[in-house]
Amino acid sequence: MSQIAFWGAVELGLVYAFIAVGVFLAFRVLDFPDLTVDGSFPLGAAVTAVLIIAGVNPWLAVAVAMVAGAAAGLVTALLNVRFRILNLLASILTMIGLFSVNLRVMGRPNVALINADTMLSPFYGLGLRDFYVRPFFVGMLVVVAVVLVWRFLESDAGLAMRATGANARMARAQGVDTSRQIYLGMALSNALVALGGALFAQTNGFADVTSGVGTIVVGLAAVIIGETLLGARGILIALVGCVFGSILYRIAIQLALSSDVLGLRASDLNFVTAALVTVALILPRLRRGGVA
Amino acid sequence: MINFRDIQVVFGKGTPLEKQALNGVSLTIDEGSFVTVIGSNGAGKSTLLGVLAGDVIPSAGQVMIGDTDVTRKGTAARAGLVARVFQDPLAGSCGALSIEENLALAARRGQRRGLTPALGVKRREHFRQRIAELGLGLEDRMGDRMDLLSGGQRQAVSLVMATLAGSKVLLLDEHTAALDPGMAEFIMNLTQKFVTERKLTTLMVTHSMRQALDFGHRTIMLHAGEIVLDVSGDSRKTLQVEDLIAMFRRIRGQTLDDDALLIG
Repeated sequence: MSQIAFWGAVELGLVYAFIAVGVFLAFRVLDFPDLTVDGSFPLGAAVTAVLIIAGVNPWLAVAVAMVAGAAAGLVTALLNVRFRILNLLASILTMIGLFSVNLRVMGRPNVALINADTMLSPFYGLGLRDFYVRPFFVGMLVVVAVVLVWRFLESDAGLAMRATGANARMARAQGVDTSRQIYLGMALSNALVALGGALFAQTNGFADVTSGVGTIVVGLAAVIIGETLLGARGILIALVGCVFGSILYRIAIQLALSSDVLGLRASDLNFVTAALVTVALILPRLRRGGVA
Repeated sequence: MINFRDIQVVFGKGTPLEKQALNGVSLTIDEGSFVTVIGSNGAGKSTLLGVLAGDVIPSAGQVMIGDTDVTRKGTAARAGLVARVFQDPLAGSCGALSIEENLALAARRGQRRGLTPALGVKRREHFRQRIAELGLGLEDRMGDRMDLLSGGQRQAVSLVMATLAGSKVLLLDEHTAALDPGMAEFIMNLTQKFVTERKLTTLMVTHSMRQALDFGHRTIMLHAGEIVLDVSGDSRKTLQVEDLIAMFRRIRGQTLDDDALLIG
């Protein structure tokens, strides 16, 4: 693997670290299997791209994208909490709906951001080569996000959210409004995923309506790889695991695709992903002694 | 302190399985008194507790805690007023959270939860002290996940959790039923200690006639959703377990297969 390919994989891993942290919030903290992310990721990318092209400040554009992502999460939470639709199904409905929303936002299936001013523009040409600038910049944002989410989950408010996912009946007996926690958690999770989409659009120079396909699997893969490697030792370790899981996943994919021995093509990506996630899911169980 | 007025609870209304769980129950419990509740399966004991906790919203009647009408308030909305310990040791605490995190969660019951760190230095020290009082050695395991504890240990921690936020009403739903006799005794003594020290108004549902008479100031028996016995004071002091069983038999109009179960 060339150096550029390696740093490209790290960069993509860091962008998807936001998705991993979002998926961690939904799946692990709230115990809410949320497929909304397949729609909120391209939503974040679409909103950012369209606003940047319209001349809006890229930081503001990203903020708007996060609000849009949060709104998508709230829709799923509303369908589940208020209208009692099964959580998985509620998220699928939102995801399907978002496909059309994203097309409306962009007005066409994809929008290019070549030569547009992005969050990263001021950092190019400062002496560092572009393929270093991108992972460095995204990495800084990842650190900020991880610290904020970590502090939140260890606060009184975050504890209420964790209790909601772990034992809702007990949480209610302790005065936690569990419905509100689901709204809050889904909004937060999808805002992070939209942020990932917003960064994806800016680092790759385009937003595409199909870029969301399989986002959930990639996010889940990162979470599971992190858990497999670092184990369950507190919130911070779990969040760091999400980040490293996401990077390692991208490097593994890059290795698999660039290895001549395996003879894989880029179009085999989805199969490799599915295989990798399956292995990551089975591995911890094998370690515990036999597949149950 | 607590006032039930003509409470009606119907489960599965309009279905073939319709069941009148509580039928016009009226009950006033004085501040600081400890009431034990007995009755056979399906008599309405747990429903009565559920009505007070907010899990069950009555179809008619009124529930007052102090001056607050809680009849239509959900569990979370009234959690600041009532603390509860469940029968299942797994239900009352969060297995995935540590001992101190469970305590932190309970300490904020009924209050706004902000972005303050849940486990600040002061709070940790306070929690540690409260747990050390149990004498179970758990104060050195504050960071351990709750699901590593035995059922008895979890119930002991649950009792501490119930007394952290300072609510004046304590609901105990057969909270020693899942424990071995030694541990059950330990938990009951601990309960007695907390209730006396903190002057808690307590409602304890139990299957054990012995417990029902040994603890508290007043005993009520439910049958088919109605209060069929309500004793306190001197008449309760002279009451024996055998008398209760005799009453139980009469009400049910049948012989009990296994008295030992009830005496236990």
